Amino acid sequence: MTPQEPLDPHQKLDIEAILENLDQYRPPRKGWTWRKQPEGGIDMGPFHYRDMSEPLKNSLGLPASKYFGGIDPQPSCVVTTEIASGRFEDDIRRMRMAAWHGADHIMVIRTTGQSHIDGLLEGTPEGTGGVPITRKQIRASRKACDQIEAEVGRPINFHSYVSGVAGPEVAVLFAEEGINGAHQDPQYNVLYRNVNMYRSFVDAAEAKKVMAGAGIFQIDGAHNANATAKAGWLVMPELMVQHGINCAFSVAVGMHKDLIGLSTVPPDAPPAPKLWYDLPYAVALRDFFSGFKMRAQQNTRYIEADIEEAVRTHTIDTLISMLTSADIQSTITPDEGRNVPWHYNNIRGVQTVKQTWAALDGIKELLSLNRSGPLGEMVRDIKERAVAFLEEVVETGGYFAAVEKGFFVDSAKYPERNGDGIARDSQGGVAAGSIVARDPDYYAPVCDHFGDNHLPAGLEKACDPIGGCTLCKPEKIVYIDELDAEDNCARRLEKSLPYRKGSLIKPEAEWAGDGTVLVQFMVPQPEEVAAVYGLEMAKKMGLSDPEVVNVMVLHPAEGCFVEVKGKVTFDIDRDSLKIPEKETILPEEDLRAIVKKLGLKVVAGTVGEDEHSVGLREILDIKHGGIEKYGVKYHYLGTSVPIGKLVDAAIETGAQAILISTIISHNDVHRLQMKKLAELCQEKGIREKVVLIAGGTQVNRDMAAETGLDATFGRGTKGIHVVNAMVKALKARGLA
Amino acid sequence: MTDDRIARFETRREELKQMDDEQLKQRFWQLCGQVVDPIVDLARTHTSPSIERSVLLRMGIDSISAHAVVERIYQAGLLGKGAGHVLLKLSRKLNVDLRAAASAVLADQDQLKGLF
Repeated sequence: MTPQEPLDPHQKLDIEAILENLDQYRPPRKGWTWRKQPEGGIDMGPFHYRDMSEPLKNSLGLPASKYFGGIDPQPSCVVTTEIASGRFEDDIRRMRMAAWHGADHIMVIRTTGQSHIDGLLEGTPEGTGGVPITRKQIRASRKACDQIEAEVGRPINFHSYVSGVAGPEVAVLFAEEGINGAHQDPQYNVLYRNVNMYRSFVDAAEAKKVMAGAGIFQIDGAHNANATAKAGWLVMPELMVQHGINCAFSVAVGMHKDLIGLSTVPPDAPPAPKLWYDLPYAVALRDFFSGFKMRAQQNTRYIEADIEEAVRTHTIDTLISMLTSADIQSTITPDEGRNVPWHYNNIRGVQTVKQTWAALDGIKELLSLNRSGPLGEMVRDIKERAVAFLEEVVETGGYFAAVEKGFFVDSAKYPERNGDGIARDSQGGVAAGSIVARDPDYYAPVCDHFGDNHLPAGLEKACDPIGGCTLCKPEKIVYIDELDAEDNCARRLEKSLPYRKGSLIKPEAEWAGDGTVLVQFMVPQPEEVAAVYGLEMAKKMGLSDPEVVNVMVLHPAEGCFVEVKGKVTFDIDRDSLKIPEKETILPEEDLRAIVKKLGLKVVAGTVGEDEHSVGLREILDIKHGGIEKYGVKYHYLGTSVPIGKLVDAAIETGAQAILISTIISHNDVHRLQMKKLAELCQEKGIREKVVLIAGGTQVNRDMAAETGLDATFGRGTKGIHVVNAMVKALKARGLA
Repeated sequence: MTDDRIARFETRREELKQMDDEQLKQRFWQLCGQVVDPIVDLARTHTSPSIERSVLLRMGIDSISAHAVVERIYQAGLLGKGAGHVLLKLSRKLNVDLRAAASAVLADQDQLKGLF
């Protein structure tokens, strides 16, 4: 196997190259990785941080980071993003984007129905609401993660699910392929997937043992109770019990506590008084489960189509993590309430955590929880109810009997019952009757196998009789490429090739070339009209498959904020776009030195019948970072200055440049003024000696050539751009 | 029935109130242990088709063959021996490698007869 070439940040991931030689791929490392947190905090830009991990080699900071020296502080906890569009070949590009923003735990949701598939899937079929987890798919994704983690300079934990009726096999697959984390909770199978309860737990013991052997971090499934129960904030005692059962079971079958994570979600969302429910629960959990890891998830139960509402709730979820603790902070893509998440919403989710964590860095040094008041009472109340719940489980005859009686996911606060709990029949469910008692001579010649195993005496390793199992000798792993000639990634990649490696461009939400866009606008009509109008408008804009994804009423009569998604039906060829050449700006110090050497002087004024002065003053004055800051001397002639006067002043003062501002563009007067300047200088015989520059709100960089000037500037121009242009023009003429 | 449950909860609660936080935590974990112990025993003494397929995977058998072989072994009533055990025994009997033994089972289920 050849070592991977490092990624070039200016080149897209080469999916075809990732798929090459996959049959020979072996994961370079196994197991989970935590972030490194320097002792004593970390200094970044002008600040000292107390609770941050080592920064990344390559990353993209929050928008405001430019004010603080471009710093991108990274939370101390691992940060999760969930990526699963149904096509892994597109997901891995999203993984790279997410990693650049600070995600180091990438979770791939499985395609709908995979938990009921009795065996492993192979190949790369397309998924729905997730990805069909197969050896080829996870190999390609893990291989991409290897490259991405080298690029950002931090290990990435790749994660999926060990549930359903093929749990042990999936666990072996994950152990073989270097998957770093997985959900595993037999209660999830029983309650939400109606897998037979005996089968689910017998399988889980084996799966957990295999996971433990490969150092795979486990996350449980208890949070599903508050995502499912009608009143998520009332099921807290039960959540404690579910966490407790999975944790105790996991430890009993051989998992280490520090590889066991509790999937915990603040169960509430505003306008509920969130803190009064979520904080006591978070504290109670951390009291009982010290020694285990906390995977803090964000709330999904109450997410609606409004992205900003979700982001605000998730900010408070993150605050609760910081007030208590989180080893892993998971993020929910804020568009989850309206569609399968889009690329940029994964980034938004990660940014929510990054922004909150930076803002509240070291919060526990400034604030502490007041447990002597109502918080302490509420914490104690949850814990007592959880213990009483367990006592009733024992009294009822144990876990299986309790599930049969509908103890779990009842939406009332224990011990109250609404009678809407999920009851399962121990003799029923998927794969009922499929467990088999082990005979006295039962024997499995492989490593990381759980339970009674009557191996021959005198073995060093369980797999000695077969000369090594795949966990010890990975060369024994059988790689299956594809099973379906049509439903595979090669077919899909052919179609998307022009968008990935050719010059065609389309916007993209999930898949290369999907063309998906979102249009946001206000419609001054009531809700029922606004939505219909939105669809009609999108159709007239030429979008196909338009769909209203969100309507927020601003006022019952005055109007609504509407969001419509749709698909762009045309391609644009990159080669047909006129991309302005990137201006390279010399370093400030170099510019200053050249300006000083030349004694650079300019004359400047607003030309024509034009009284605008603000823009030009900003380019000139030191206090706005104008050219004066770089040592340029200027002679400002004011507004409504005739061109001739400026040229004469340049000759008189020996200025090397003339800067004109021209704002009024009526009848193209700005263009005429610019041309006139060039012509007059030509007439007076000084064109070769002076640099001519024009600026204005309706001016752009392309106008220099047509008007005969050296440089032209539009909105957003700073003094340094003008100095740079002058120096560049003088250099080109051998004058600097 | 419900009233009865609530009354029992109230009694329990009075007892729990006597415990300090540490004792309450210990009680929680002791009860969790009590709940999972019999389940761990069940898992220790039982197997399933998926577990046995996962054993065959670890023995270097591909997923498709593993599925079919375990199904044959299950049908033959030999899953309680362990699918890996069955395959290993057959490979020794036929003097072939494990993959060839798997192919032999798939070609002829009768290969499983008389192994034990």
